[in-house]
Amino acid sequence: MSGETGSGWGNDVVKIVVTFAVMYAVYFVLGLIAGLPLQGIFATVVQLTLLIALYAMLTLALNLHWGYAGLFNIGIVGFMAVGAYTMLIISKPPASASAAAVIGGFGLPFSVGVVGAVVATALVGFVVALPALRLRADYLAITTIAFAEIIRFTFQSGTFSEFDLFGTTVGTGGGRGLLVNFEDPITTYVLDSGAFAAAVDWIEAATIGGNLQPVMDTAVVATVLMAVVAGYYWLFRRTGESPFGRVLKAINEDEDVARALGKDTSRFKVKSFMLGCALMGLAGAFYAMYFLGSVNPTAFKPQFTFFVWVALIIGGAGSNTGSVLGAAIFVGVLLRGPLFVKNVIETFVDIGSAPPTIIDAVAALGTLDVTPVIAYTFENISLFRIIALGVVLVWLMKRRPSGLLGHRKETAAAIPLGRLRPVGDAEPAADGGGSE
Amino acid sequence: MVDLPARGRGLATVATRRPLVAVTAVVGGVMALHLVWMLLVADSVQFARLGTLLWDGLMRGLVIGLAGIGLSMTYSILNFANFAHGDYITSGAFVGWGVTYLIAGFGTANWGDLLLVGAAGDVYGPQLGIGITASPVAILVGLVIAALAAVGIALLVDRVVYRSMRDAGGIPLLIASVGVAFALRYLVAFVYTQSNRGTTSASGVPQWSVPMIDGTLGVTGHDLTLLVSSVGLMLGVHVLLQRTKLGKAMRAMADNKQLALVTGIPTERVVRWTWIIGGGLTGAAGYLLVLWRGTLTFQFGWLLLLLIFAAVILGGIGSVYGAIFGGIIIGLTMSLSQLWIPTDFARAAAFAIMILILLVRPEGLFAGRTTA
Repeated sequence: MSGETGSGWGNDVVKIVVTFAVMYAVYFVLGLIAGLPLQGIFATVVQLTLLIALYAMLTLALNLHWGYAGLFNIGIVGFMAVGAYTMLIISKPPASASAAAVIGGFGLPFSVGVVGAVVATALVGFVVALPALRLRADYLAITTIAFAEIIRFTFQSGTFSEFDLFGTTVGTGGGRGLLVNFEDPITTYVLDSGAFAAAVDWIEAATIGGNLQPVMDTAVVATVLMAVVAGYYWLFRRTGESPFGRVLKAINEDEDVARALGKDTSRFKVKSFMLGCALMGLAGAFYAMYFLGSVNPTAFKPQFTFFVWVALIIGGAGSNTGSVLGAAIFVGVLLRGPLFVKNVIETFVDIGSAPPTIIDAVAALGTLDVTPVIAYTFENISLFRIIALGVVLVWLMKRRPSGLLGHRKETAAAIPLGRLRPVGDAEPAADGGGSE
Repeated sequence: MVDLPARGRGLATVATRRPLVAVTAVVGGVMALHLVWMLLVADSVQFARLGTLLWDGLMRGLVIGLAGIGLSMTYSILNFANFAHGDYITSGAFVGWGVTYLIAGFGTANWGDLLLVGAAGDVYGPQLGIGITASPVAILVGLVIAALAAVGIALLVDRVVYRSMRDAGGIPLLIASVGVAFALRYLVAFVYTQSNRGTTSASGVPQWSVPMIDGTLGVTGHDLTLLVSSVGLMLGVHVLLQRTKLGKAMRAMADNKQLALVTGIPTERVVRWTWIIGGGLTGAAGYLLVLWRGTLTFQFGWLLLLLIFAAVILGGIGSVYGAIFGGIIIGLTMSLSQLWIPTDFARAAAFAIMILILLVRPEGLFAGRTTA
């Protein structure tokens, strides 16, 4: 296996770019063959990119927990919820008399809200880490998911739907949740600017016409979020290569050895847990702002956590590149792919209306008529894709538990050792060296 | 005279060496006193309300305990946390209730719609008059079928997924079980639809009012069905594990798999029996919960799963009595917590108890008494 550098497919950035390019190409080709409007395909792909960016942030943060530090965190949604709610409470405008039904916030800038989200999630991560990191992996898992549920119940509860804090009435909105009723800097400084409007007008005139404004808005946001993913990637790569990251890898391999070398392993674990949680909270704040538009506790059910896990397992735990690839493949193929393929097929053939129950659909098989079964599956495609997702996860765990890029050998030394090695000795030192 | 200082020193030792235990004990004691004060002095809690909460908690706890036995056994023998366990509950309950609908409504509606528990939206449990006195045969057969269906699913999943992963370690198995949980849950939704249905008819079940000091406690025939069935099944498991070689073999396997193999215990057969017993109890628990609550959705087993984990961890993984005891504690915690905190936090309170136990006594309350 190659290291983190190289050329062609060996280069990680190339891998990511090629994967995205192939996926976009497949979406465009399928859509064009089916004769879907170009603007619609573009909107689908832009939406896809936005979602991939959010999943990639979460997968990268989870990779720090599980891939580097070996912490089995299945409470991701809990940390996302903390980030999302903290950002909203800080940045929502204060409640006014004219809109009494809307719960207000502190009305501080979005950037303050985002910083607050990161700090709050890191603190919650610390609170969870204190008891959880003393436990073995499966207990840690159950503890984190229990914490995530406690967090969700807290936001769900009517008790905290409105309360006074520092003289301002804020709240979680209980089961109704909170509406994003303020602008972020991207909207203020880019999307609302005259230059951007002129650019959109020019693109509309130069290409297919129609109203491209909403799609272009989303495209700008998706681009910014992809830049954030690049930031995550850079940060985790630096972390992984730093002395801190090396200790984490050592803990993951054998905690006793790391402790014997004088490392305070629980300190390292708490720090990395907090860092990962903070970045999950940041992703949660972005998720609320740019994807949900309004936040309520049902958006943070445990299922979401496991979606991120599937993305990580596909990409391969331990690899940052794999995390991004896993997020892209998970969203593009497993989460959104079936819906898109259904649309494409339906433009070719008229499946007809679905039978009311699966027994009616299967009964038609007696007369060798498969259309009712297909129609029933299409009608319930959003359920069917999660069955498929479960099967894929099982298959991966059985056949390829290390995913696409997981468990690569990484050089322990900070400087490249390649030139110093005698010719013919291609085995990296991590293999234990020669047997003689 | 000699005793007193020694005991004093003992308490002091607990307080300094295990501060969490001491704090837990003090908080528990204060809450008990507060409850007595609320009942007798402040009169803010009626005995009838307390009785209702206790009875409710006991019912829920019995279901959690019954379903927890299977989870606990597979956790200790196969060494992994099976996240698909909650969906065995759901699948068994759906199959069982389909049969109950079919028997109770035979001839009144299309057999397919009945078997799919009214998936087409034209058959409803209340309309069929399902209840323990109105249609006892339908319920009894449904209960047995639910247990058998859960056994079948557990064995099938083990065969297809877990069997080839026996030596893969706890975490890969756990992740695979999450995949199984997704596939199973959404297969149930795919077949039976996502609708939430009422399953029982209020007229089909007798109700009694048991007089309490300052009010009455409502008890229904379904409460008693749940009580009798679950206690009966628990006793059955107790006898099975105490009186047969199987129980001993299970204990041996949970303790040391290699040694059990060397001793000549047919480990794969023991594993199969573990799934059969655990799956059967799980299916029955799911069926009984639906009978007791009167509603059925494809998510209910998954939502119950974390509570079952809480019960199993509380009681100590591998202990059958621990699972039962843990289940009842979790059920009672969820009920009684309502005396102090809003109902919204009932489940949160149960999880908090679990986290507390993991901190204070991670091996569980019944540790060391693995599998019976």
